[in-house]
Amino acid sequence: MSDTLRPDLELIAQLIPQDSRVLDLGCGDGELLRLLIRKGCTGTGVEIEPTQLVAALRAGVDVIDLDLNSQLDEFADDSYDVVILSRTLQNVQKPRDVLEQISRIAVHCVVSMPNFAHWSSRARLVSGRMPITKDLPYPWYDTPNLHYTSLKDLEPLFRSLGLRIDRCIPLNARGEAHILGNVASNMFASSAVYLLHASR
Amino acid sequence: MGPVERDNGGRESTVSQTLRLFDAPTPLELRSGATLDEVDVTFETYGRLNPEASNAVFICHALTGDAHAAGWREGDSRPGWWDTMIGPGKPVDTNTWFVVCANILGGCQGTTGPSSTNPRTGEPYGLDFPLLHMADFVTVHRALGHHLGIRRWAAVIGGSLGGMQVLQWALDHPEDMGNAVVLAGSSRLTAQNIAFSAVGRQAIMKDSGFRAGRFLSEGTAPKKGLAVARMMAHITYLSETAFTEKFGRAAQSGELTPNFGVDFAVESYLDHQGEAFQSRFDALSYLYLTRVMDYFDPFAVTGATDALAAGRVKFLVMSFDTDWRFSTEHSRRIVRHLEGARVPTSFREIRSLWGHDSFLLDIPTYHDSIRAFMERIADERSISVSGTR
Repeated sequence: MSDTLRPDLELIAQLIPQDSRVLDLGCGDGELLRLLIRKGCTGTGVEIEPTQLVAALRAGVDVIDLDLNSQLDEFADDSYDVVILSRTLQNVQKPRDVLEQISRIAVHCVVSMPNFAHWSSRARLVSGRMPITKDLPYPWYDTPNLHYTSLKDLEPLFRSLGLRIDRCIPLNARGEAHILGNVASNMFASSAVYLLHASR
Repeated sequence: MGPVERDNGGRESTVSQTLRLFDAPTPLELRSGATLDEVDVTFETYGRLNPEASNAVFICHALTGDAHAAGWREGDSRPGWWDTMIGPGKPVDTNTWFVVCANILGGCQGTTGPSSTNPRTGEPYGLDFPLLHMADFVTVHRALGHHLGIRRWAAVIGGSLGGMQVLQWALDHPEDMGNAVVLAGSSRLTAQNIAFSAVGRQAIMKDSGFRAGRFLSEGTAPKKGLAVARMMAHITYLSETAFTEKFGRAAQSGELTPNFGVDFAVESYLDHQGEAFQSRFDALSYLYLTRVMDYFDPFAVTGATDALAAGRVKFLVMSFDTDWRFSTEHSRRIVRHLEGARVPTSFREIRSLWGHDSFLLDIPTYHDSIRAFMERIADERSISVSGTR
């Protein structure tokens, strides 16, 4: 509810055309959707965490309680213009299935994902420790993250599902566009936002 | 308006009012084409209508509910059936909202129904009362709103059958409301639902006191049948866990003494439910209202969501995970239809031990959601706490 938006959400909002119909999977308290609604978009959030769901509801966002792992069938083919999956793909049981569902629900999707191959993670691994970074802050035994990937390993998955990468924006640890852009992003980006396009 | 006062105990006291909304010159025309020459409606109100009439909320009651949703009537031993939800500081806060609840057409709690007198014969209608449609409940309650000077409800809220009425109302007249709240509802009964409904009706109609529906004229009543219908229906309103928590296998009188009478505590409870129901509910109303539910299938109508999709009604749909009468799948189906028609829709499934009746209970996660939704409506409509007494 604060006035300052998370920088990565600001960036994602800029990728979404005005007046789009947007499905935000894992919408939290609805911060991004509220920004998009101000841009003339319409949309629905999906959230399963009760406190977040009620916050989104209170804030005027239409939000549906369902499990991304098993219930995306509730949404019809091409029922949205854009699906957003922000920092959530690493939490789902079967990322491949979720991406398939997303590309069925909308032609365009925005996916952001933490980069496990960030130099600081690599340094931790070299020292014999499991990585803990700003974007992956949890100890191995207590984390919502089920999957870890480098950006290099993420992109082939998109391609194998017929998802074309229209844009990739590497982010720094604060969630801002990385100053190096796509240069050595697999080493220096803390996470990345992908704008994808399903081939139909 | 809003005859709500505090009595000495700090209770909100209320009175029911009855109005004749349709009469011979302006009869009620039903969905079936049949007409009713006299229709009275009993209702209660809570809170105060603001000068813009922008803070009105309508409550649709469930199968055996009535107009007495909240507060205390004189001589009451318990408050209205939804007093946990409606009142000052409650999720539907009567310091903000002007709340109206009315008995439905075909009911037996003050609104015209099959046991009312047929003005053409001077006798109770009995089975001559026309079969009803969910839309007929809506027609009557719309007329009440117009009488009260309310053209647009900030929200229409209902649970179970009440939720079904909300859905019908929003589909047919989206211009009537800003928001629709459907709790533990259904858009189409399953075969199992209809089966339970059918057995309840059979119990009533096969009671020797039923007399082909003329029991009032003949001075009898299908009391045993009505009690059995209620007992069976009541089983479907609670979860297995609820029965276990409430009764387990406890004996009614200290220890079990095997016989065919009432021995287990749960038997005594059901017996009491059946008995109490006879004195407050009419067997004919039970037949007519359950039949409306059986045939309800609004999304089967071609273009059902067209008017709604063009309107701006926002929906909140909620279900309870242990409800096996109208399971979460019933609510999900409503959400699929609405969301698929691009109607702004929110949905939450609440964890509860208690089954279908959860919608009547004070469950914090449930009430938090309703409260959040109502506060948001107040924000969107710039309704301040203007009804403070």
